[in-house]
Amino acid sequence: MKITVNGNRHELDVSPDMPLLWVLRDELNVTGPKYGCGVAQCGACMVHVDGEAVLSCQMPVGDLEGEVITIEGLGTPEALHVVQQAWVEQQVAQCGYCQSGQIMQAAALLQENPDPSDAEIDEAMSGNLCRCGTYPRIRTAVKTASASMRRA
Amino acid sequence: MGRVRTFSRRAFLVGSASIAGGVAFGVFKVNTPYPNPLAENLADGEVTFNPWVLIDGNKVTLITPHADKGQGVMSMQAALIAEELDIEFGQFETSFGDPSPAYWNTAMADEAAPFMATDQGRTAEAARTVIASLVKLLGMQGTGGSTAVPDSYVKLRQAGAMARETLKRAASEMTGVSVGQLTTSGGAVHLPDGRTLNYTELAQAASGADPVLRVDLRAPSEWRMIGKPMQRLDILAKSMGTQAYGIDARVEGMVHATVKTNPRQGGMLNGYDAEAAKAMPGVLKIVPISNGVAVVASNTWYAFQAAEAIGFDWGPAPYPAGQDQHWETLSASFSDKHLDSNWRDDGDVEAALGRGEAISAEYRSPYVAHAPMEPLNAIVRVTDAMVEVWTGHQMPTVLQRAVAGVTGHKPSQVRFHNAFIGGSFGHRLEAEYLVQAAQVAVQMKGVPVKMTYSREEDFAHDFPRHISMGRATGTVAGGRVEAIDLQIAAPSVVQSQMGRAGLSPPGPDPQIAAGSWNNPYAVPNFRMRAYRAPPLAPVSSWRSVGAPGAGFFFDSFLDELIHAAGADPMAERIRLMRHDVSRKVLEAVAEMSSWGGELAPNQGRGVAFVESFGVPTAEVVEVTDTEHGIRIDRVWVACDVGQIVDPVNFENLVQGGAVFGLGHAMNCEITYSDGMAEQVNYFDAEAMRMPQCPEIFVKGLENGPKIRGIGEPPVPPAAPALANAIFAATGQRIREMPFSRHVGFV
Repeated sequence: MKITVNGNRHELDVSPDMPLLWVLRDELNVTGPKYGCGVAQCGACMVHVDGEAVLSCQMPVGDLEGEVITIEGLGTPEALHVVQQAWVEQQVAQCGYCQSGQIMQAAALLQENPDPSDAEIDEAMSGNLCRCGTYPRIRTAVKTASASMRRA
Repeated sequence: MGRVRTFSRRAFLVGSASIAGGVAFGVFKVNTPYPNPLAENLADGEVTFNPWVLIDGNKVTLITPHADKGQGVMSMQAALIAEELDIEFGQFETSFGDPSPAYWNTAMADEAAPFMATDQGRTAEAARTVIASLVKLLGMQGTGGSTAVPDSYVKLRQAGAMARETLKRAASEMTGVSVGQLTTSGGAVHLPDGRTLNYTELAQAASGADPVLRVDLRAPSEWRMIGKPMQRLDILAKSMGTQAYGIDARVEGMVHATVKTNPRQGGMLNGYDAEAAKAMPGVLKIVPISNGVAVVASNTWYAFQAAEAIGFDWGPAPYPAGQDQHWETLSASFSDKHLDSNWRDDGDVEAALGRGEAISAEYRSPYVAHAPMEPLNAIVRVTDAMVEVWTGHQMPTVLQRAVAGVTGHKPSQVRFHNAFIGGSFGHRLEAEYLVQAAQVAVQMKGVPVKMTYSREEDFAHDFPRHISMGRATGTVAGGRVEAIDLQIAAPSVVQSQMGRAGLSPPGPDPQIAAGSWNNPYAVPNFRMRAYRAPPLAPVSSWRSVGAPGAGFFFDSFLDELIHAAGADPMAERIRLMRHDVSRKVLEAVAEMSSWGGELAPNQGRGVAFVESFGVPTAEVVEVTDTEHGIRIDRVWVACDVGQIVDPVNFENLVQGGAVFGLGHAMNCEITYSDGMAEQVNYFDAEAMRMPQCPEIFVKGLENGPKIRGIGEPPVPPAAPALANAIFAATGQRIREMPFSRHVGFV
């Protein structure tokens, strides 16, 4: 089995049932996507597959079609993705454990809808749990990112 | 305690420490500092001036021993050192350091002393000094109780100042320029002729210089960092996905594991059948541990799958099997036999209750899970010579004892690599998961074993917030609150938690009553009695511990009385408040929220005030009763911590605390059936999600005489403020959390 993650090709020898999350974390040491619930309840494992937001804990690696981008592939410290830039600017994170997933979800939302309303932001982000309660800052950061995208 | 004044402070300190500690320690012992742990293993070219600063020819390392579980204390500790050391963010590295008694927590005593936080009289302060001496003698390093800022505030600035002055002395000796002519900034000493010596260049010279121990701290007017917005040191990594948590750690040769132990906590394992599991993909080994089994595999997911395939025969729970029995136990504990402490008895409650028509109510606060996003995990490697542990934990010395107890090493042979923590809320005070990880690793000597809980195991084996029950009676007269008689029954969380660490703390459990009796109101007749129910399910400190329950009971009942008196909820609280700093907090929240302004007919506002961890905190919640349920529109929070270190992080923590308090009050509880928690994953206890999150406005006041931590205090007032708002909007008084038992939320 072969998969492409953040532009790198990997040969795998695992059960095809294994969720992509555990391939990334334990086989490839790509640890940005987090294990939080395993049942599509928290969003901490979110990645992009061909640009679509996907919960990697729900995606058997054998069913994967397309290239995987994780938070590590979104931007670099020198060239942050616009969403990451907004997350830094608004200082969103507390524990930060859910933020990989929040950022991947926000990036997918803005890709599709660069100028979302408050209700659209809430709706898109409703699957991403944050136990520290950084929601007010997430909301502001999504708007900040949206504004800079529209300026660009 | 009244006679204390006749003794000298020192005699009281040492005498009481001797009694309470059971060992006679002299003044010398109490006053002797612990040796600097950094000095024990200095590499060539390294110099250290105190337990927090390490410099070599290449870099400056600041030791930030408080555990960072998201509250930003790594950054906060570094900022306090850097403020006096004259070094900027980006010019140094940080490390959590090795466990050491030198990092004993100087602020833990405040919460443990049985006095009102607002009482800064001599007796209360003397008692705090005694307890602090004990904490020091025990060398108790730990993060919790919102103590990281108060513990660090003075001593870390001193550490920075001592290092700075020693570096200046070294520079003076090296150049012949007098210390008075030297200045420091940007991680360097500057000479009058314009030359600059970086601290790293001075490391060698400084190792020979006599350390400067007497320093004056700068006046607040000279601060360049404290009180001003900072960019937390972990913000970039946490926005890049590159922040490594314990669960992300990797050690050469590591294997993956998970455990399943009796979901009836503390119950036995009678037998198991792992035949099918053994043959599953990736499984390396299946080994027994206390009350359960561990699966070792090549991938965590393989371990999870195999653990699910094991057949178990679990024994019964060592506590009542059904939730109703837990409540019945509390209900039966309101008796003299169970009286734990009479915390407050102002005026004459009995007489006052006899005068008017008494109003009575009963309240409940459920078990609640910590459920941080990062499930419990640890890497343990056991060799004959030592044990290494990679995990995030709040109590390093507890960790060392727990692991050493399994492996047979001395605690000092347990090397602990502390990690960033993906949320705790008290979960990472516990050591059971460390014992389990060590039990697996000791059966695989030399191999690093990474043990990870499944989310389901994390729920099943949480030690939740304790349940409690409140019974209140009161009277009103002439439009005013006249009397409150509050009784609370709960199992002792302190006894349950400390008991697992092998300790049995003496005296009453302050957490049964915390958040109720200590609110500095001058209700003319006010009695508060706490009853210690027999132990039930094992429980633990949950962000703000006793105050979310007892604070909910007290403030909700106060609100009931104020409404019965026909008074304004804000005005009557302000009238009753006898503590200036707290009154200003109420006045601030009234002003911020334009209390008393126009509302739509289906809207309502509630205010609540709870003092916890020394922080008076008032919250106003505004709700709308919609056809889809209650919607929380806006929240205002005012609180007073004496001094805010970083206003950005402060606002984030206060907003998060309000979300945490509201979300759990809305829909979270742990209930037991057949001895097991009925809630197994986030769909059973999800708290607040983004669409439910209101706008939250924060104001931090700085009138208080002592600096305080903000991690916990915003949580307790959230639930009563929400319940009071729902009453204002609908006329329905909710006396039980979670409120979803009684109303729907949008």
